[in-house]
Amino acid sequence: MRLARAGLPSGVESDMLDSLPGKLPLLKHSFRPPNYETPVEYFSDTITPNDRFFVRWHHAYIPEIDAASWRLKIGGDAVERPFDLTLEQLKQEFEPVELVAVCQCAGNRRGLCEPHVPGVQWGEGAVGNAGWRGARLRDILTRAGLRLGAVEVAFNGADRPVLGATPDFVKSLPVWKAVDDNTLVAYAMNGSPLPHWNGFPARLIVPGWAGTYWVKQITGVSALTQPLKSFWMNSAYRIPKGKFPADDRFLSQDSETTTPVTEIDVLSLMTNLREGQRFSAGRPVAIQGIAWDPGYGIRRVEISLDEGRTWQSATLAADLGRFSFRPWRFTFTPRSRGDLSVVSRAINAQGIVQTEAWIANPAGYHNNVIRKIGIHIV
Amino acid sequence: MKILAVVMATVSFTILATAAAADESRIHLIDDADAATVVSACSVCHSLDYIQMNSRFLKRAGWEAEVAKMIKVMGAPIPEADVPRIVDYLTRNYGID
Repeated sequence: MRLARAGLPSGVESDMLDSLPGKLPLLKHSFRPPNYETPVEYFSDTITPNDRFFVRWHHAYIPEIDAASWRLKIGGDAVERPFDLTLEQLKQEFEPVELVAVCQCAGNRRGLCEPHVPGVQWGEGAVGNAGWRGARLRDILTRAGLRLGAVEVAFNGADRPVLGATPDFVKSLPVWKAVDDNTLVAYAMNGSPLPHWNGFPARLIVPGWAGTYWVKQITGVSALTQPLKSFWMNSAYRIPKGKFPADDRFLSQDSETTTPVTEIDVLSLMTNLREGQRFSAGRPVAIQGIAWDPGYGIRRVEISLDEGRTWQSATLAADLGRFSFRPWRFTFTPRSRGDLSVVSRAINAQGIVQTEAWIANPAGYHNNVIRKIGIHIV
Repeated sequence: MKILAVVMATVSFTILATAAAADESRIHLIDDADAATVVSACSVCHSLDYIQMNSRFLKRAGWEAEVAKMIKVMGAPIPEADVPRIVDYLTRNYGID
């Protein structure tokens, strides 16, 4: 049990563990729509099991999908031949692709932003790493005859708002990202069908990009010759232009001042260390953790035991692919008694390091601030 | 009558939506004269833990913006006359002004 949820707003119920059907207890933020995060200690496995994977929905109506009657409709004004797919066709008529990839909510760690910003007050667990199996979106679009004039591909899911007046959750990708080798329509997660709460029977997989694009319970794919007009593209999930210059650009959705959030962050997490934990002087302390980035690869994870004055490299462990969590470990032996703070930071292959201070933006995205955990040496 | 109707609507939505929604009965907002107005306005679309979770850090202007977003963007059918009382309640009980 993680007791410390330091940094979250006071109104967040600390340690409100609650089970959704088919899930182990997760940290509940809201019942309806269901928003549940994964407790940090569950990340002791590099692959996040399906029953521990975080849950995030925008709408309260999330139908139980009957696999036999589910259809994926492919259309839009930028395809020659619209068609429908059954789940069996999706599995059997397209080359299956398997990859391990991190799904991270754009708002992961929003609750830790200072000053706080409204929204779901996620701690560190609106993220998970799974092995996905699915068909390349490119292969599906190719069968439909994607036209040269396509600029975006839009996606809808079966979930719906309670009120007809509420904007339905519809998202789009620039066509270049939609036809990327790694963009999949996935029907399996860690070797099993997707859990209901994670998008059964199929969802979009967009490795390296924020979870907002990973549309669950996907029912519609529309290739478009014009940028999608949707509240969830034009108003939500946006960041100020120029503040995050390393991110992939999504130019057809740019406005004068803002741009869509695209890539996830360079981030590390210590998974077996708790705030206030006690260790004995003279005995080794073995820290385990994970690190990830948008898919350039983790170059290094570093640990500081002196408030960031000096850093030592952790040992990177099994590499499950560039979009996966990268496990790491670091062992040290504290010599003297007293309080000690342990800090980890990840550096990716682009040379991007976790930030020391949050780059403020109105919706609380891109919080990849270095965090420290205080321990006692006794 | 109005509150009852909203509660019944909420119950039918929750049955459709999530099996976990029965747990919403465990959410207890701070009770005062305007609490019932807030419950009927907000709980049609979402559980009331959204309010608790977003506390305490918003000033009045922050809660005003949230309520305005729910009406103008999300289409919440909240009577205009109720808006000042809802904002007052949220600021008083879940804000920092």
